[in-house]
Amino acid sequence: MTAVLENPATESPKPEVGAVPSFEVTLRIRRYNPESEHGEESTWDEFTVTAHGTDRVLDALHMIKWEQDGSLTFRRSCAHGVCGSDAMRINGRNRLACKTLLKDVNPDKPITVEPIKGLPVVKDLVVDMEPFFASYREIMPFLITSGNEPTRERLQSAEDRERFDDTTKCILCAACTSSCPVFWTDGQYFGPAAIVNAHRFIFDSRDEGATQRLEILNDKEGVWRCRTTFNCTEACPRGIEVTKAIQEVKRAMITRAF
Amino acid sequence: MAQAQTPSAIAAPRSPYARRKTTRGNFELYSWVFMRASGVVLLVLVFGHLFVNLMVGEGVHAIDFAFVGGKWSSPFWQVWDLLMLWLAMFHGTNGVRTVVNDYAQRDSTRGVLKSLLYLASAIVVILGTLVIFTFNPCPPGAPAELLPSICFPN
Repeated sequence: MTAVLENPATESPKPEVGAVPSFEVTLRIRRYNPESEHGEESTWDEFTVTAHGTDRVLDALHMIKWEQDGSLTFRRSCAHGVCGSDAMRINGRNRLACKTLLKDVNPDKPITVEPIKGLPVVKDLVVDMEPFFASYREIMPFLITSGNEPTRERLQSAEDRERFDDTTKCILCAACTSSCPVFWTDGQYFGPAAIVNAHRFIFDSRDEGATQRLEILNDKEGVWRCRTTFNCTEACPRGIEVTKAIQEVKRAMITRAF
Repeated sequence: MAQAQTPSAIAAPRSPYARRKTTRGNFELYSWVFMRASGVVLLVLVFGHLFVNLMVGEGVHAIDFAFVGGKWSSPFWQVWDLLMLWLAMFHGTNGVRTVVNDYAQRDSTRGVLKSLLYLASAIVVILGTLVIFTFNPCPPGAPAELLPSICFPN
């Protein structure tokens, strides 16, 4: 059988072959600029752009910044989901703007874009990541060994590597930590990202600093503040099973203590 | 073009903070394990309690002063009820403590709420323990038909 066009009459201007259909989309962006007339108050701005089905939220932000309002401020480096610079709260969920297609976040309604929650906002969508990185540094994210340096690579079996494979994927975008309701309260909690990166070394057979890292995370603000709400697992743009990693660190602490 | 909308009720977003100090120790670890362990034990204790009080024999209609007095004159039920009281109170208090820690944003609020919590649970635990151990199933001068059979040894 051959496919037949059902209503050839209604097709008025024939679209170009292979053309990507375009649509209008409104972005509702939370702005903050203490040097503007709004002062310490943050405001909502709406922008409408013409986008294509292949466009991401980041492309829409670019169109706004380049064509409508050059003062719109956001972070992005690679723009392809690797550097972890452009985590933001899109329609109430933490995502990477460069990995979120506009057509996947219901472009029929205005798409809200906010800075990630829980970290101090510097300007518009840019937050101060320093508290986040401070927690990351605290768990000592580097290989700790003793004895002489080997003259060749530190070999490891495929099974040993598999043990912590999931947590090596972290790009430190802070989507998980800033989606955590416990972190929102007072920002004292270490946060999922720091625990994920501790997990990456705690379960590495070549590393000898597991005890120290468990000691650091066995803190009032450490793993025990996790309430397993799974916000972090849902937010992670790399698909890391964050809550599972946190639970594995908890288990390691309990087997160590008893 | 951007249309600046009037700000409604958006809090000022700049609130810097840093981790105040390290608070390492096994307290939270033990508290976490206690919640799981006491939860399992409480399941047995509470459902055992409900079964014995409400379903065995005459069931719920048998509960009166004599029933309770008879139960508490046996060391087995004294220990059962004491365990149930203590575990339930510590389990509940610890749970509310974590809720306060999670939701109170200022240290002063947190301190006040936790003080009230500890005071309330201390009163309940002490009063309850006192009642279980000093309970007299045969108060002098009480009408005989309200008392348990153990008050009449002959």
